[in-house]
Amino acid sequence: MRFLPDTEQRAFARSLHAMLAAADTPSVVRDWSRGDRTSGRALWSRIADAGVFGLVIPEAYEGMGPRPVELALAFVELGRHIVPGPLVETVAAAALLAEPGPAKRFLPPLAAGETMATVAAGGYALDGDAATLRLGLTPDGLRLSPGAGPVRPSLDPARRLTPLLPGGELLIPDPPVDHALTWARLATAAQALGVGLALLDRTVAYVRRRTQFGVPVGSFQAVKHRLADARTALEFARPLLFGAALTMDPADVAAAKLKACEAAYATARTALQLHGAIGYTAEYELSLWLTRARALRSAWGGPDECRERVLSGGRRW
Amino acid sequence: MDLTHAPADEEFRAEARAWLDGHVPGTPLPSLETEEGFAAHRVWEAELAADRWSVVSWPEEHGGRGAGLIRWLVFEEEYWAAGAPGRVSQNGISLLAPTLFDHGTAEQRARVLPRMASGEVVWAQAWSEPEAGSDLASLTSRAVRTDGGWLLSGQKTWSSRAAFADRAFGLFRSDPDTPKPHQGLTYLMFDLRAPGVTVRPIGRLDGKPAFAELFLDEVFVPDEDVIGEPGQGWRIAMSTTGNERGLTLRSPGRFLAAADRLLDLWRAQGSPEQARARVADALIGARAYQLFTYEAASRFLDGEPLGAESSLNKVFWSEYDLALHETALDLLGEEGELADTAWAEGYVFSLAGPIYAGTNEIQRDIIAERLLGLPKGRR
Repeated sequence: MRFLPDTEQRAFARSLHAMLAAADTPSVVRDWSRGDRTSGRALWSRIADAGVFGLVIPEAYEGMGPRPVELALAFVELGRHIVPGPLVETVAAAALLAEPGPAKRFLPPLAAGETMATVAAGGYALDGDAATLRLGLTPDGLRLSPGAGPVRPSLDPARRLTPLLPGGELLIPDPPVDHALTWARLATAAQALGVGLALLDRTVAYVRRRTQFGVPVGSFQAVKHRLADARTALEFARPLLFGAALTMDPADVAAAKLKACEAAYATARTALQLHGAIGYTAEYELSLWLTRARALRSAWGGPDECRERVLSGGRRW
Repeated sequence: MDLTHAPADEEFRAEARAWLDGHVPGTPLPSLETEEGFAAHRVWEAELAADRWSVVSWPEEHGGRGAGLIRWLVFEEEYWAAGAPGRVSQNGISLLAPTLFDHGTAEQRARVLPRMASGEVVWAQAWSEPEAGSDLASLTSRAVRTDGGWLLSGQKTWSSRAAFADRAFGLFRSDPDTPKPHQGLTYLMFDLRAPGVTVRPIGRLDGKPAFAELFLDEVFVPDEDVIGEPGQGWRIAMSTTGNERGLTLRSPGRFLAAADRLLDLWRAQGSPEQARARVADALIGARAYQLFTYEAASRFLDGEPLGAESSLNKVFWSEYDLALHETALDLLGEEGELADTAWAEGYVFSLAGPIYAGTNEIQRDIIAERLLGLPKGRR
C-alpha cells in the first residue's frame, strides 16, 4: 500500500507539464476556436510522441497500455494547460476499437498521433470537423461515419460540436461501450481536475496582486474562505481519481468524474467571482478554463448519470 | 501506486474482525454522554483492553499492538463496520497519549497510559476558557509555582467528557510577563476530583452533559504532572491539536460505516428519489475521505510531516458528517425528530464538528494562508 505516484510517474507528469507550459497552449486554443487547426495538430503530435495516447493502447498495437494511472496523470496536465481537441474522444475510440480485427487497423495510427478520433454516443461528436476517424455508436453497433455535419457552437468556444453523417462501414456489431465509457470518464475526470487546479492557481495569483482599499484582495477573509473551499474540493477529488484509475471499477470512475467535475466547476465559479468583471471577458485568458469547466461537467455523463452509476454498483467501499 | 494491503495487514484485519464479531455488544450501549452510558462504555474499554484492542497503534509495552498507520486505518474500518461503540477514552487516546509519547517522561507514560488504555481513568480535555476559544493563546488561567508543584486557578469551559471523567489536561499561564501570549504557558495534567476543583456539567443542545465548566481554586498539581518543560506548553499543545484535526480523531472507517448505514436506510425507505443525490454523495464522500487519508498516510510513511493539510481534513469530515446525518434525519421523516435514535445521537454530535478542534473558519484561514500563500489580513 503506497497510494502515491512513484518517481517515474511523477517524472512523466512533470515532463508533460514542462512541454505544455512551453507550448503557449492558450494561443493554440484561440486558433482552434477559430477553426485554425495548424497549431493544434502540431501540439497533438507532440502529445502523441510523449506517449499519451499509447497509454490506452496495448503493446500489441504499438501502445504502452493499458496504463490508467499514467493516463490520469497525463490528462490532469492536458486539462491544466487547456489543450484543445478530441483528446477524451480519442481515448474512447481506442477503447472501443479494442477487438483484434479493428484494433490492428486503427490503433497503431492512434497511438502515433497520426489519427485524431472522435466518437458520437448521442447527438454530437466533439471536433467532428477536425477528426480524421469518426465513430458513431448506433443501434446496430459501431460505425465508421463518412463525415461530419455543420458545427454547432459550444459554450466553450474551443469545443466544436458536430453531428456525424449516418451510414458508413459497420466496424463492430457489439462494441465494448461500458469499457470505453469507463476510460472516457476517467480521462474527463482527470482533465477536469487539471482545469480546476489551473483555475485555483490563477485566481490565487490574481488576488495576491490585485489591491482594493489599499490591501491585496486576497487578505480578505471572505475571499480566502472561497479559495480554501475550492482547494478542499480539489484535494478530495484527486484521490478519487487515482483510486478509480487503480481499480477501473465503473462506480469508482463515475464517482471520480462527478467529484472532479464538480470541484472544477465550483472553482470556476469562485474564479469568476474573485476576478470580477475582467474574468467575465472573452479576451482575458481565464475564460478558456471557465468555459471548459462547464463543458466537461456534461461530457460523458453528467452528475445525475454518475450518481446513478455509484448507487447501482451494488458495491460498497 | 497501489491500494492493496500487504498480506500481513490483511491477516491483522481478519484477526480484528474475528475478535469484534465475538465481542461487539448486540444491543447498542446507552449514550456515552449520560452517566449510565459513560459507565457502560468504560466496561467496553476494559473489554477491548483485555485483548489489546483498545490502543492498537501504541507500543506493545503500553498495551498496544505496535500497529503502524496502515494497520490502524484497517482496524478502524473493521471497528466501525462491526457497529462497535463510540470511544469514551478518545480524548485521552488521541490527544494526550500522542503528547506523552512525544514529550512525556518514561515515568509519566508508565503511570498514565495503562489506566487510560483500560478505561479505568478517563481523560477530559481542558483547553478553552470563556474568553479563549479560537484565540486559545489568550487564555488566562494560571499556574503558580509552589513547593513541589503548581497551584492552578481560573476557569476552563467546553471541557469535553469532563462531566463524568476522572482527570484532565490543558494549558495554564505560568509566566504572565512574557511579550507574546503563546509564551509562558505550561502543559499540565490534573485530577478533576482534587480539592479546589468544581465541575459544573453543561448540557449540550439535547440537554446531555457532554461537556463541563471547570472552576479551579489553587488546585495543587505535583511537578510530575507537568508535560515537557514549564513555559513550553504552546509548542507541545500544537503538536496535539495537529493530531486532533488530522488523522487520529475521525478515522475514515467511521464514515464508511455511516455511509453504508445511510444507504441501508435509504433502501429501507423505498429509495426515495429526492434523497438519491445526497445518498450517492455520502457514499462518494466516505470513499474520498478514505483515499485522501491513505494518500496522507503514504506521504507520512515517506517521512513527510502532516502539516496544514490536517485543516483540509478537518473541514471535509466535519461538513461531511453533518450532511450525512441531516440526510438520514430527512429520510426518517416524522421519526427524524425523535431524540432517542442512533441517528439523532450522531446528528447532535455532528453539529459540533465544525465548531470544535479549531472552528472551520480558523481552518479555512490556515488553508488559505499556509497552503495557498495568501496574505494575513482582515478577519
